[in-house]
Amino acid sequence: MSLTGQKIPAPRSPYKARRAGNFELNSWLFMRGSGVLLVVLVFGHLFVNLMLGEGIHALDFAFVAGKWANPFWQVWDLAMLWLAMLHGMNGLRTIVSDYATKDRTRFALKTLLYFATFATIALGTLVIFTFDPCIDPNSTLAVCQN
Amino acid sequence: MASSPAGTLYRGREGMWSWVAHRLTGVLIFFFLFAHVIDTAMVRVSPEAYNIAVETYKNPIVGLMEVGLVAAVLYHALNGIRIILVDFWSQGPRYQRQLTFGVAGVFLLLFLPFVWTHLTNVFGG
Repeated sequence: MSLTGQKIPAPRSPYKARRAGNFELNSWLFMRGSGVLLVVLVFGHLFVNLMLGEGIHALDFAFVAGKWANPFWQVWDLAMLWLAMLHGMNGLRTIVSDYATKDRTRFALKTLLYFATFATIALGTLVIFTFDPCIDPNSTLAVCQN
Repeated sequence: MASSPAGTLYRGREGMWSWVAHRLTGVLIFFFLFAHVIDTAMVRVSPEAYNIAVETYKNPIVGLMEVGLVAAVLYHALNGIRIILVDFWSQGPRYQRQLTFGVAGVFLLLFLPFVWTHLTNVFGG
């Protein structure tokens, strides 16, 4: 039952490691990883903003200022912004690849998609980092009382 | 195609429809994100500009649209967890159909209290 009688010749061309990495596998993993984080981030966001207190009626500049005066919510919203935009971008990339059959259409749609996504991420990030909670002179926030 | 034996294609039934719904809700949520980042960016313009933007959300019609948005988010999140379980849990593929019913059950459990609280806020506040 042994195979010692058989000699398998070595392959003539050596094994070549994949050069380009594995983008599709990584993006597949990213969808699952970011998905789990987004469940927590988005449910927390919806609960705090819509379910607590008066819900939607409590939302105004002072509400946002109160949240973003706290680094905890800045990091929360920043993580949510980046993960949601990239998760959505990758989802739409898959949909464009599935349904846009012409090369030029696919290229145009993906270019638009990447541009819109990164512009929105840049805008949101800039807003979170340059936001001044004390811009309202009537603010009653503790951080604005000095 | 039409005469294929039943049950051999990934077509129809819970598997396909949950996939279709996942795509539709995903696209809907992604498009909403653009609007939502822009309306929130108004905090950087002025308190008045933001208050005008957020006032739109307190309109009863937009309040009802928000119920639809939250339904999409809840479904996409719960079905996403189902997809992760099918992919990574050893028993996931065997129970994928039961997991679909689990998604429906948890969806109702979270969605109905949301609708009650949110619509009370929208129409009662």
